[in-house]
Amino acid sequence: MAYSDKVLDHYENPRNVGVLDKDDPSVGTGMVGAPACGDVMRLQIKVGDDGRIEDAKFKTYGCGSAIASSSLVTEMVKGKTLAEVEAIKNKDISDELALPPVKIHCSVLAEDAIAAAIADLKEKQTAKAS
Amino acid sequence: MSVDFSNNHFELFDLPVAFHIDEVQLSDRFQSLQRELHPDRFASATASEKRWSMQAASLVNEAHQKLRNPLTRASYLLELNNISIDEETDTQMDPMFLMQQMELREAIGDAPDAADPFAALDKVRHSLSEGISSCAKKFADASVSSSWDSARVVVREWQFFDKLKREVKVIEARLDD
Repeated sequence: MAYSDKVLDHYENPRNVGVLDKDDPSVGTGMVGAPACGDVMRLQIKVGDDGRIEDAKFKTYGCGSAIASSSLVTEMVKGKTLAEVEAIKNKDISDELALPPVKIHCSVLAEDAIAAAIADLKEKQTAKAS
Repeated sequence: MSVDFSNNHFELFDLPVAFHIDEVQLSDRFQSLQRELHPDRFASATASEKRWSMQAASLVNEAHQKLRNPLTRASYLLELNNISIDEETDTQMDPMFLMQQMELREAIGDAPDAADPFAALDKVRHSLSEGISSCAKKFADASVSSSWDSARVVVREWQFFDKLKREVKVIEARLDD
Protein backbone atom coordinates (compact mmCIF):
# COMPACT_ATOMS: atom_id res chain seq x y z
CA MET A 1 0.00 0.00 0.00
CA ALA A 2 1.23 3.48 -0.82
CA TYR A 3 1.76 5.79 2.13
CA SER A 4 1.10 9.51 1.77
CA ASP A 5 4.09 11.88 1.82
CA LYS A 6 3.13 13.07 5.29
CA VAL A 7 3.03 9.54 6.68
CA LEU A 8 6.41 8.80 5.12
CA ASP A 9 7.85 12.01 6.54
CA HIS A 10 6.74 11.16 10.10
CA TYR A 11 7.72 7.53 9.66
CA GLU A 12 11.23 8.35 8.46
CA ASN A 13 11.75 11.30 10.79
CA PRO A 14 9.53 10.62 13.79
CA ARG A 15 9.21 13.63 16.12
CA ASN A 16 9.49 13.35 19.88
CA VAL A 17 10.37 9.69 20.24
CA GLY A 18 11.32 8.97 23.80
CA VAL A 19 10.21 8.68 27.35
CA LEU A 20 9.24 11.07 30.17
CA ASP A 21 9.39 10.21 33.86
CA LYS A 22 6.09 8.46 34.47
CA ASP A 23 6.35 9.17 38.22
CA ASP A 24 6.55 12.93 37.66
CA PRO A 25 3.22 14.40 38.89
CA SER A 26 3.09 16.72 35.86
CA VAL A 27 3.44 13.81 33.40
CA GLY A 28 0.52 11.79 32.10
CA THR A 29 1.16 8.42 30.48
CA GLY A 30 -1.23 6.64 28.13
CA MET A 31 -0.69 3.12 26.86
CA VAL A 32 -2.99 1.47 24.34
CA GLY A 33 -2.89 -1.52 22.01
CA ALA A 34 -4.67 -2.77 18.91
CA PRO A 35 -5.22 -6.54 18.84
CA ALA A 36 -5.97 -6.45 15.10
CA CYS A 37 -2.38 -5.64 14.22
CA GLY A 38 -0.56 -6.10 17.52
CA ASP A 39 0.40 -2.42 17.66
CA VAL A 40 1.43 -0.95 21.00
CA MET A 41 1.56 2.81 21.64
CA ARG A 42 2.82 4.77 24.62
CA LEU A 43 2.13 8.50 24.65
CA GLN A 44 3.25 10.88 27.38
CA ILE A 45 2.45 14.53 28.01
CA LYS A 46 4.03 16.96 30.45
CA VAL A 47 1.95 19.90 31.55
CA GLY A 48 3.58 23.19 32.59
CA ASP A 49 2.57 25.54 35.45
CA ASP A 50 0.49 27.56 32.97
CA GLY A 51 -1.64 24.47 32.29
CA ARG A 52 -0.31 24.01 28.77
CA ILE A 53 1.47 20.97 27.40
CA GLU A 54 5.17 21.78 27.37
CA ASP A 55 6.48 18.41 26.20
CA ALA A 56 5.21 15.21 24.65
CA LYS A 57 6.96 11.94 23.87
CA PHE A 58 5.90 8.69 22.28
CA LYS A 59 7.05 5.18 21.55
CA THR A 60 5.08 3.09 19.11
CA TYR A 61 5.61 -0.41 17.85
CA GLY A 62 3.51 -0.85 14.76
CA CYS A 63 3.02 0.01 11.13
CA GLY A 64 4.03 3.25 9.44
CA SER A 65 0.58 4.77 9.92
CA ALA A 66 0.57 4.05 13.65
CA ILE A 67 4.02 5.59 14.06
CA ALA A 68 3.06 8.62 11.96
CA SER A 69 -0.22 9.09 13.90
CA SER A 70 1.55 9.15 17.25
CA SER A 71 4.40 11.32 15.97
CA LEU A 72 1.92 13.85 14.58
CA VAL A 73 -0.08 13.87 17.81
CA THR A 74 2.96 14.78 19.91
CA GLU A 75 3.41 17.81 17.65
CA MET A 76 -0.27 18.74 17.76
CA VAL A 77 -0.58 18.74 21.55
CA LYS A 78 2.38 20.98 22.38
CA GLY A 79 1.33 24.39 23.70
CA LYS A 80 -2.29 23.32 24.05
CA THR A 81 -4.39 23.22 27.22
CA LEU A 82 -5.82 19.87 28.36
CA ALA A 83 -9.27 20.95 27.19
CA GLU A 84 -7.89 21.73 23.74
CA VAL A 85 -6.06 18.43 23.63
CA GLU A 86 -9.22 16.55 24.59
CA ALA A 87 -10.90 18.07 21.56
CA ILE A 88 -8.45 16.35 19.18
CA LYS A 89 -10.26 13.56 17.38
CA ASN A 90 -8.94 10.73 15.29
CA LYS A 91 -10.38 12.40 12.19
CA ASP A 92 -8.05 15.39 12.68
CA ILE A 93 -5.15 12.95 12.58
CA SER A 94 -6.33 10.79 9.70
CA ASP A 95 -7.25 13.86 7.60
CA GLU A 96 -3.85 15.47 8.19
CA LEU A 97 -2.02 12.26 7.25
CA ALA A 98 -4.45 11.31 4.45
CA LEU A 99 -4.83 7.82 5.91
CA PRO A 100 -6.71 5.28 3.77
CA PRO A 101 -9.83 3.69 5.33
CA VAL A 102 -7.99 0.49 6.35
CA LYS A 103 -5.57 2.58 8.41
CA ILE A 104 -8.10 4.76 10.20
CA HIS A 105 -7.79 2.54 13.26
CA CYS A 106 -4.19 3.76 13.65
CA SER A 107 -5.49 7.27 14.24
CA VAL A 108 -8.07 5.87 16.68
CA LEU A 109 -5.18 4.34 18.58
CA ALA A 110 -3.50 7.77 18.81
CA GLU A 111 -6.71 9.46 19.95
CA ASP A 112 -7.23 6.81 22.63
CA ALA A 113 -3.60 7.15 23.74
CA ILE A 114 -4.04 10.91 24.35
CA ALA A 115 -7.27 10.27 26.23
CA ALA A 116 -5.50 7.69 28.40
CA ALA A 117 -2.59 10.09 29.06
CA ILE A 118 -4.98 12.87 30.09
CA ALA A 119 -6.92 10.50 32.35
CA ASP A 120 -3.65 9.45 34.01
CA LEU A 121 -2.60 13.08 34.50
CA LYS A 122 -5.97 14.08 35.97
CA GLU A 123 -5.87 11.15 38.34
CA LYS A 124 -2.44 12.27 39.57
CA GLN A 125 -3.60 15.85 40.00
CA THR A 126 -6.67 14.75 41.97
CA ALA A 127 -4.49 12.55 44.17
CA LYS A 128 -2.16 15.49 44.81
CA ALA A 129 -5.01 17.86 45.66
CA SER A 130 -6.60 15.52 48.17
CA MET B 1 -25.56 -35.40 1.78
CA SER B 2 -23.52 -34.84 4.89
CA VAL B 3 -22.92 -31.10 4.80
CA ASP B 4 -25.64 -28.99 6.32
CA PHE B 5 -25.07 -25.29 5.70
CA SER B 6 -26.98 -24.35 8.83
CA ASN B 7 -24.50 -26.24 11.02
CA ASN B 8 -21.77 -24.41 12.86
CA HIS B 9 -18.15 -25.38 12.18
CA PHE B 10 -17.95 -27.82 15.09
CA GLU B 11 -21.13 -29.58 14.02
CA LEU B 12 -19.76 -30.00 10.49
CA PHE B 13 -17.10 -32.28 11.93
CA ASP B 14 -19.37 -33.94 14.52
CA LEU B 15 -17.41 -32.26 17.29
CA PRO B 16 -18.84 -30.92 20.53
CA VAL B 17 -18.79 -27.10 20.65
CA ALA B 18 -15.77 -26.67 22.94
CA PHE B 19 -12.24 -25.31 22.94
CA HIS B 20 -10.60 -28.66 23.54
CA ILE B 21 -11.26 -30.80 20.48
CA ASP B 22 -10.28 -34.24 19.30
CA GLU B 23 -7.77 -33.23 16.63
CA VAL B 24 -7.64 -36.72 15.13
CA GLN B 25 -11.38 -36.70 14.66
CA LEU B 26 -11.20 -33.24 13.08
CA SER B 27 -8.60 -34.39 10.60
CA ASP B 28 -10.33 -37.75 9.83
CA ARG B 29 -13.71 -36.17 9.34
CA PHE B 30 -12.17 -33.42 7.21
CA GLN B 31 -10.56 -35.96 4.92
CA SER B 32 -13.73 -38.00 4.55
CA LEU B 33 -15.74 -34.87 3.72
CA GLN B 34 -13.11 -33.84 1.19
CA ARG B 35 -13.40 -37.24 -0.48
CA GLU B 36 -17.16 -37.04 -0.48
CA LEU B 37 -17.10 -33.59 -2.05
CA HIS B 38 -14.34 -34.26 -4.55
CA PRO B 39 -15.15 -32.79 -8.00
CA ASP B 40 -14.57 -36.21 -9.63
CA ARG B 41 -17.62 -37.54 -7.84
CA PHE B 42 -19.72 -34.77 -9.34
CA ALA B 43 -18.44 -35.15 -12.91
CA SER B 44 -21.81 -36.32 -14.19
CA ALA B 45 -23.90 -34.36 -11.69
CA THR B 46 -26.29 -31.57 -12.59
CA ALA B 47 -25.07 -27.97 -12.63
CA SER B 48 -26.84 -27.24 -9.38
CA GLU B 49 -25.35 -30.30 -7.66
CA LYS B 50 -21.91 -29.23 -8.86
CA ARG B 51 -22.46 -25.76 -7.49
CA TRP B 52 -23.65 -27.20 -4.19
CA SER B 53 -20.59 -29.46 -3.91
CA MET B 54 -18.23 -26.57 -4.55
CA GLN B 55 -19.89 -24.39 -1.95
CA ALA B 56 -19.88 -27.26 0.55
CA ALA B 57 -16.19 -27.97 -0.11
CA SER B 58 -15.27 -24.35 0.43
CA LEU B 59 -17.27 -24.22 3.68
CA VAL B 60 -15.56 -27.40 4.89
CA ASN B 61 -12.12 -25.96 4.07
CA GLU B 62 -12.85 -22.71 5.84
CA ALA B 63 -14.22 -24.49 8.91
CA HIS B 64 -11.24 -26.83 9.05
CA GLN B 65 -8.78 -23.92 8.83
CA LYS B 66 -10.54 -22.10 11.62
CA LEU B 67 -10.81 -25.07 13.98
CA ARG B 68 -7.32 -26.49 13.61
CA ASN B 69 -5.65 -23.29 14.82
CA PRO B 70 -6.27 -22.79 18.58
CA LEU B 71 -6.41 -18.98 18.34
CA THR B 72 -8.92 -18.87 15.51
CA ARG B 73 -10.88 -21.67 17.20
CA ALA B 74 -11.05 -19.55 20.36
CA SER B 75 -12.16 -16.49 18.35
CA TYR B 76 -14.81 -18.58 16.64
CA LEU B 77 -16.16 -19.75 20.01
CA LEU B 78 -16.50 -16.11 21.04
CA GLU B 79 -18.29 -15.42 17.77
CA LEU B 80 -20.74 -18.27 18.44
CA ASN B 81 -21.45 -16.66 21.80
CA ASN B 82 -22.03 -13.28 20.14
CA ILE B 83 -18.95 -11.72 21.69
CA SER B 84 -17.04 -9.27 19.54
CA ILE B 85 -13.35 -8.76 20.26
CA ASP B 86 -13.49 -5.25 18.70
CA GLU B 87 -9.94 -5.74 17.55
CA GLU B 88 -9.80 -2.42 15.74
CA THR B 89 -11.93 -0.20 17.95
CA ASP B 90 -11.25 -1.21 21.55
CA THR B 91 -7.70 -0.18 22.44
CA GLN B 92 -7.95 -0.52 26.22
CA MET B 93 -5.65 -3.25 27.44
CA ASP B 94 -4.07 -4.09 30.78
CA PRO B 95 -1.11 -1.64 31.12
CA MET B 96 1.10 -4.37 32.58
CA PHE B 97 0.39 -6.52 29.56
CA LEU B 98 1.24 -3.65 27.20
CA MET B 99 4.51 -3.00 29.09
CA GLN B 100 5.45 -6.64 28.60
CA GLN B 101 4.58 -6.37 24.90
CA MET B 102 6.83 -3.32 24.55
CA GLU B 103 9.70 -5.21 26.20
CA LEU B 104 9.20 -8.16 23.85
CA ARG B 105 9.14 -5.80 20.87
CA GLU B 106 12.36 -4.19 22.08
CA ALA B 107 14.02 -7.59 22.45
CA ILE B 108 12.94 -8.56 18.93
CA GLY B 109 14.21 -5.25 17.55
CA ASP B 110 17.60 -5.67 19.26
CA ALA B 111 18.01 -9.36 18.36
CA PRO B 112 19.51 -8.97 14.84
CA ASP B 113 22.35 -6.84 16.31
CA ALA B 114 23.05 -9.21 19.21
CA ALA B 115 26.30 -11.19 19.37
CA ASP B 116 24.26 -14.33 18.77
CA PRO B 117 21.04 -13.24 17.01
CA PHE B 118 19.57 -16.75 16.93
CA ALA B 119 20.05 -17.23 20.67
CA ALA B 120 18.44 -13.83 21.28
CA LEU B 121 15.46 -14.76 19.11
CA ASP B 122 15.22 -18.15 20.80
CA LYS B 123 14.83 -16.41 24.12
CA VAL B 124 12.03 -14.23 22.74
CA ARG B 125 10.35 -17.23 21.17
CA HIS B 126 10.44 -19.00 24.51
CA SER B 127 8.64 -16.06 26.18
CA LEU B 128 6.10 -16.00 23.34
CA SER B 129 5.43 -19.74 23.67
CA GLU B 130 4.88 -19.30 27.39
CA GLY B 131 2.50 -16.42 26.73
CA ILE B 132 0.56 -18.44 24.16
CA SER B 133 0.33 -21.53 26.40
CA SER B 134 -0.91 -19.38 29.23
CA CYS B 135 -3.54 -17.78 26.97
CA ALA B 136 -4.70 -21.20 25.76
CA LYS B 137 -5.03 -22.45 29.32
CA LYS B 138 -6.84 -19.33 30.50
CA PHE B 139 -9.18 -19.47 27.53
CA ALA B 140 -9.97 -23.13 28.16
CA ASP B 141 -10.83 -22.40 31.80
CA ALA B 142 -12.88 -19.30 30.97
CA SER B 143 -14.83 -21.00 28.19
CA VAL B 144 -15.66 -24.06 30.29
CA SER B 145 -17.17 -21.79 32.94
CA SER B 146 -18.77 -19.57 30.25
CA SER B 147 -16.87 -16.54 31.57
CA TRP B 148 -17.00 -14.91 28.16
CA ASP B 149 -15.78 -11.50 29.29
CA SER B 150 -12.53 -13.02 30.56
CA ALA B 151 -12.33 -15.23 27.49
CA ARG B 152 -12.57 -12.11 25.33
CA VAL B 153 -9.68 -10.42 27.17
CA VAL B 154 -7.58 -13.56 26.72
CA VAL B 155 -8.17 -13.76 22.96
CA ARG B 156 -7.28 -10.08 22.57
CA GLU B 157 -3.97 -10.67 24.34
CA TRP B 158 -3.35 -13.91 22.49
CA GLN B 159 -3.51 -11.98 19.18
CA PHE B 160 -0.49 -9.89 20.23
CA PHE B 161 1.58 -12.98 20.98
CA ASP B 162 0.50 -14.56 17.71
CA LYS B 163 1.51 -11.47 15.75
CA LEU B 164 4.95 -11.41 17.41
CA LYS B 165 5.46 -15.09 16.77
CA ARG B 166 4.93 -14.49 13.06
CA GLU B 167 7.28 -11.51 13.21
CA VAL B 168 10.04 -13.59 14.81
CA LYS B 169 9.66 -16.13 12.00
CA VAL B 170 10.08 -13.41 9.38
CA ILE B 171 13.22 -12.06 11.07
CA GLU B 172 14.69 -15.55 11.36
CA ALA B 173 14.08 -16.20 7.68
CA ARG B 174 15.84 -12.93 6.88
CA LEU B 175 18.82 -13.87 9.09
CA ASP B 176 19.04 -17.24 7.39
CA ASP B 177 19.56 -15.61 4.00
